[in-house]
Amino acid sequence: MKGFGILMKRELAVAWGRGGGPLVALAFNVCAVTLLPLAAGASLDKLKLLAPGFSWVALALASLLSLERLFERDYEDGALDVLALGPAPLELVAVAKCLAQWICVGLPLALFAPVALTALGADARLIPLTFVCAVIGGLGFAFVGGIGAAVSLGARSGGVLIAVIVLPLFTPLAIFGGGAIAGLAQGLDWTGGLMFLSAYTLLWVALGPFAMAWACRIALS
Amino acid sequence: MITVLANPQRFLAFSRVAAPMLAVLSVVLAIWALWTGWAAPDDYQQGATVRIMFIHVPAALTGMLAYACLAGSAFFGLVFRHSLADAAARAVAPLGAAFTFLGLFTGAFWGRPMWGAWWVWDARLTSFLILFLFYVGYMALQAAIDDETKAARLSGILALVGAVNLPIVYYSVQWWNSLHQGETIFAAGGSKAAPVYLLPLLLMLGAFYAGFGALWMVRVRAEIWRRRAMALAVQGAR
Repeated sequence: MKGFGILMKRELAVAWGRGGGPLVALAFNVCAVTLLPLAAGASLDKLKLLAPGFSWVALALASLLSLERLFERDYEDGALDVLALGPAPLELVAVAKCLAQWICVGLPLALFAPVALTALGADARLIPLTFVCAVIGGLGFAFVGGIGAAVSLGARSGGVLIAVIVLPLFTPLAIFGGGAIAGLAQGLDWTGGLMFLSAYTLLWVALGPFAMAWACRIALS
Repeated sequence: MITVLANPQRFLAFSRVAAPMLAVLSVVLAIWALWTGWAAPDDYQQGATVRIMFIHVPAALTGMLAYACLAGSAFFGLVFRHSLADAAARAVAPLGAAFTFLGLFTGAFWGRPMWGAWWVWDARLTSFLILFLFYVGYMALQAAIDDETKAARLSGILALVGAVNLPIVYYSVQWWNSLHQGETIFAAGGSKAAPVYLLPLLLMLGAFYAGFGALWMVRVRAEIWRRRAMALAVQGAR
């Protein structure tokens, strides 16, 4: 447990400090949200229909940003070799990395999501649910994205490749999160979407670390 | 059967006979299917366009079968370290993508006269598009890693992750579709199971499966020869 604490501290420091941290992801999200009214027209009546879905898409895209460096940085400078030789299994290292990714990118983005929704004129009663979905979904984005980052270790074209690999895997998250928010907006049942979102996130929180560690061992071999 | 064929030499001997036989079977079945398909009467709702089904449905089913083959090959390659399984996975991905694309493409040409739109965000169409994207991601990853063994292993993990994910994608898209009250036109085509259409459809499905098998074997053979050529080139360079 103490080892995990040390790992976590290291990953948080790396994710927060170098590699951009939350500010870049937030700035990207602000840019994406700004582009929507510029491209689709500034009338709030129209925007407020698009707002929940679009903010969810922007969240998925923003969470891709720092995936490229998640394993690649440690792979390149040899830190991953050291971690693989250390007492903690690589599965635990993967968990620490994804949790750090969630804390440094997912949670700030979730905090920003209500601001984006308000700016786009969405209904105020959607905001608490959007926040909850963003917190849970962000965890899913981190763990599913981590798999994409791990299997593309050593690939020639990092960033775009990871996006192509990971975005199809994000579809259930997009559907369930977007479905819960749309359900609440239309006065339908929204708990189903939230439950499915949590279930899917938990599935990959459970399976993802094994896939990531397996991929890291192959890349290091 | 699988363990016997895991030896590349034995596979080459087997596929040398099996691939042409499957190809001939595929052509015969396809001609038979086209014969009975042209003879089938026009559908009372869809007219002559119902015959697109004879290409569309087998292509789509072959696209799905190919993913099962991809995931199976990836599993054997990862767990038992058969190099032939790696070659098989590498060979099947472009085939699966091509059949899936054919399914999407013919679907668009069927949708235009029937629904008045090239594309609708129906559950089946959407989940099929995502299947196609899975193939694209797999092939992109495979191509981006220089070390071939690592490329096969790493993309194999991706194929297995995709295999776990695809059923979830399928059901989630259906759930999404029922939430959004999507098209229900599919249910209107009650003529689907009529025997005049069922026979050519099943024949064509057989033709597609046999053709897929033949093409896959040919591609695995090509992959084995390519590796041997590479090994010889490396030897020659020393």
